[in-house]
Amino acid sequence: MSSRVDRIGLLAVPGLAFLALVYALPLLMLLAKSIQTPDGLSFAEYSAFFADDYNMRVLMRTLRVAGLTTLLALLIAYPTAFAMNRAKGPWLTVFLVAMVLPMSLGVVVKAFAWSILFRANGFLNTMLQWIGLTEKPVRMLFTETALVVGAANVFLPFMVLPIYAVIRQMDSRLPEAAASLGAGPFFRFFNVTLPLSLPGVVAGSAFTFSMAISMYVIPSLIVGERQQTMSMLIARSFLYLRNEPLGATISAVLLAIAVFVVIFSSWLARRLGARQ
Amino acid sequence: MTQTDQIFRVLSWIIGLFCIAFLMLPIFITLAASFTSSSVYTLPPPEWSLRWYASLGRRNGLWDAVVLSLNLAFISTVISLVLGTLASIAVTRGNFRGREAIATFTVSPLMMPGLVVGVALLQFFREIGLRDAYWSLLLGHIVITLPFVMRTLLASMSAFDFSLIDAARTLGLSYPKAIFKVLVPNLAPAYLTSGLFAFLASMDNYPISIFLTDARNKTLPIKMLQYLEEQPDPSLAAMSSGLILLAVIVLAFGARTVGLNRMIQG
Repeated sequence: MSSRVDRIGLLAVPGLAFLALVYALPLLMLLAKSIQTPDGLSFAEYSAFFADDYNMRVLMRTLRVAGLTTLLALLIAYPTAFAMNRAKGPWLTVFLVAMVLPMSLGVVVKAFAWSILFRANGFLNTMLQWIGLTEKPVRMLFTETALVVGAANVFLPFMVLPIYAVIRQMDSRLPEAAASLGAGPFFRFFNVTLPLSLPGVVAGSAFTFSMAISMYVIPSLIVGERQQTMSMLIARSFLYLRNEPLGATISAVLLAIAVFVVIFSSWLARRLGARQ
Repeated sequence: MTQTDQIFRVLSWIIGLFCIAFLMLPIFITLAASFTSSSVYTLPPPEWSLRWYASLGRRNGLWDAVVLSLNLAFISTVISLVLGTLASIAVTRGNFRGREAIATFTVSPLMMPGLVVGVALLQFFREIGLRDAYWSLLLGHIVITLPFVMRTLLASMSAFDFSLIDAARTLGLSYPKAIFKVLVPNLAPAYLTSGLFAFLASMDNYPISIFLTDARNKTLPIKMLQYLEEQPDPSLAAMSSGLILLAVIVLAFGARTVGLNRMIQG
């Protein structure tokens, strides 16, 4: 029997070998390339990258946009998950369709739709002028706010669903029990409901943040070349500038952030799990 | 049920309804823009017309891109389902160290920056002398689809009763046959859901594909972004509406066979 169990482990070999060869190894080679110079190993590319004001501005913008996107998505998603949890019958179907349909739709399609919406003569400006909030069209396309709104829209389902999954499994009697013991609504929320829903919040935020720092199609359609993000800088250094050491260095920085988010969020999730 | 509870409840419904409208907005905008008679995006359209749908046939290379994207999505999803099934069985049933690490590693491409993976693959394929764009794209798209399959299969297999496989084996089925005849049909919802999302993720991928294409092998998202730069007329909205229709068909199929509620658990 034990040989059966050991042989079962071998079933992982094809998939693992594939990912090791066509995913892990190329990433490691890219990292190696970023510290390789004609005269041996050096971190000169990194010091050059971090010394450059422009690069630092792009890095900061990328982190800021990703942070704001995650925050906006969370603010909309958290109450939505509760509404979804209480929804029944056709309303639940409406919620589910509203999550799954945009999720199955390409980023190119959605980013393109937002670029139509944000145009000076686009739908949003027409609406604003019609309501009378503004007389002249407001410039929306090519602004950071537009980027955050568009990105939050694209990643929203990935924030709602993990929170919804956690809330759905939450024992609804717990807040009731707290209430019967005399806990007020705020006390109940901050001491019972919120802590129990945090694993979903962590999972959704980590996923949204890691997708938002590396998004490429959305910023290229909504803000264009004027405000670069890390991903656009990578694409530019490889596809237009043909400066591969620079591209490899920026890639390594972005990769480091992504890996940090993965490790930090799984550590946080484990801690939250242990506490319960 | 205090008054504060009521306020919270009403507030969560208002935001929930706003969220639905917000999520559906880009879809309705695209559909509305595709039926315009005008050659610029004015909403609402001055007059309704199908001229931009008719113009799709005249787009150079559009059909080739659609065929290539469908081809890559289908083949990479099938390969991922096979590799993913084997690896998930190993992780759920195996008795060795590092199973948790394998699970994390195989799902991790989902959270890695696509563009960085694309660049890494470009350099790697150049290094090993793989010049064929189709094969590069296919290998890249397996990296895209495999984590979707792993994520869902790992979750559903941990809830699967493997004594059914043992029972099938006592009844004379070989291990591979038992997997194929007992495990796969039992986990059909998981296979369908992960397969659909993997397929759609491959169809939609831009950041990895952009580094692996050549002049003759361009996937649909790449072609669409190229059209957007060259000639951004409402025929792009018509193309997008075609993709929306595809998503609706795929979802209607999923909803009928698996149910929407199970689809989101993947």
